[in-house]
Amino acid sequence: MIISVASGKGGTGKTTVAVGLALSAENVQLLDCDVEEPNVHILLKPKIHHERPVYSLVPQIIEERCNYCRKCAELCQYHAIFVAKKNFLVFPELCHSCGLCSVACPEKAIIEKERQIGVVKKGLAQGIDIVYGELNVGEPMAGPVIRDVKKEIDRRKLVIIDVPPGASCPVVESVHGSDFTVLVTEPTPFGLHDLKIAVEVLRTLNVPFGVVINRAGIGDKKVYQFCEEEGIRILLEIPFSRKIAELYSRGVSFVTEMKEWKTKFQRLLETIMEA
Amino acid sequence: MRQITVLSGKGGTGKTTLVASLAVFAGKLVITDCDVDAPNLHMLLNPSIMRKQEFKGFKVAVLDESRCIQCRKCEESCRFNAINDFKIDPILCEGCGLCAYICPVEAIELKEKVCGYAYISKTKYGFMSHARLNPGEENSGKLVTLVRQNARQIAEKENVDLIINDGPPGIGCPVIASVGGVDLGVIVVEPTLSGIHDMKRALKMLNHFKVNPLVCINMYDLNIENTKMIEAFCGSNSIEVAGKIPFDPLVTEAMVLGKTIAEYSPESTVSKEIKEIFGKILNPH
Repeated sequence: MIISVASGKGGTGKTTVAVGLALSAENVQLLDCDVEEPNVHILLKPKIHHERPVYSLVPQIIEERCNYCRKCAELCQYHAIFVAKKNFLVFPELCHSCGLCSVACPEKAIIEKERQIGVVKKGLAQGIDIVYGELNVGEPMAGPVIRDVKKEIDRRKLVIIDVPPGASCPVVESVHGSDFTVLVTEPTPFGLHDLKIAVEVLRTLNVPFGVVINRAGIGDKKVYQFCEEEGIRILLEIPFSRKIAELYSRGVSFVTEMKEWKTKFQRLLETIMEA
Repeated sequence: MRQITVLSGKGGTGKTTLVASLAVFAGKLVITDCDVDAPNLHMLLNPSIMRKQEFKGFKVAVLDESRCIQCRKCEESCRFNAINDFKIDPILCEGCGLCAYICPVEAIELKEKVCGYAYISKTKYGFMSHARLNPGEENSGKLVTLVRQNARQIAEKENVDLIINDGPPGIGCPVIASVGGVDLGVIVVEPTLSGIHDMKRALKMLNHFKVNPLVCINMYDLNIENTKMIEAFCGSNSIEVAGKIPFDPLVTEAMVLGKTIAEYSPESTVSKEIKEIFGKILNPH
């Protein structure tokens, strides 16, 4: 089973919940797909046993063969190739590695070359298999790194995916293929606003989901009203507590220090399995 | 014209709270919300929309089933696994056009698609340029670029010489679009190990694009030791720490009422600190 943990708004507690779930189950694999700012490893400090580069394919134009016909530049939807009279330029950061330019070049002057844009790391912590990606700083496209992290999915295990914030392509890429998504929110106007956006994404993707309310007790009651009106199940509430916040600040999961929460997360997992 | 972007790396550290109050202290500025996937700034600044503009960020491949001869050439060549059993999944499609190009019977066409909307609005504190990307869409970086272009246009027209951008979380495409060519990148960090890790990556990103950094520590009293660690790190890297904002439930109270903390509680330490930060942003060391 694949369970992803997403939110819309950043900083609502996705990693806290993903790590809490992983620590409360057996035979687990935890994937951190927030490759721009991965944080799972801060909380679990895995011992890394494998590391490999992530490449994206970018065009390389063979000068001797190119006759500057501009076909590649005209076809490229991402403006990643510029061709002048007797000159060309490739912008690798804009390239989506679709391969169209090399297929379409009438002179067979374009080959594709690997360019490193990040890494995937695999490790182990407290019996949990951990996989996380890191996008190289300055690179815009998280997609290929997320896809490479997800290639490591081990179907024999319970797979938990920590999803990046927001509601655009990296979120879709991370959530795609999940059996269930846990949406983490906080009971504030910002939390509610972004929860609604996340709900829209999940409904489009057709993935079943439920909500975990983190920092319960702050803000107002509107998140509860929204869930009730929309028939969305509230799976768990984690109260706002200075102790939990303080543990998190030191890079410690509250599930490790406050044992009663392990039972609560186990129950949350059972609820998800039943759904 | 001075352009400043507030960012954080990690989400939820208080970017929007800070930007909204900076707008109050600035008096005259153009404000943008560059978090186009999950914008929140409008909830504190209550803008009235003056202009709404369609955003056609990219195209999507559309298959004409009546022409399709089921040769699977498109399916085999699509790098995004967006074609399965003669159906194109618009969510996975990146609009590259390879399928349309190789289809032997011209059954596939690239069609423009509305991916969101950009808005120009008026607030109490000045004009605001913002947007909303349709959920699940691509190309948020391109929409951010549009938001910033719109902001510069109004600023020029109205003779305003300050733009403050509320940036998205992360360090990828939309963040890079938010910091390109700005005079200052203000990083809001919380004193957690995750926050510090993410701040360091955000600082590297600013350095990569040659943008001057400045750091603000939010909720600094949640972990004084980590706050000291941030100050020491910034000190040894010659990065100015412009201010330390304490944790205060008043911030959430103000948010619930749809107000900036600067208006809701001008006498609070949070507001006073943000006012000082504003001064330092205008005149960084």
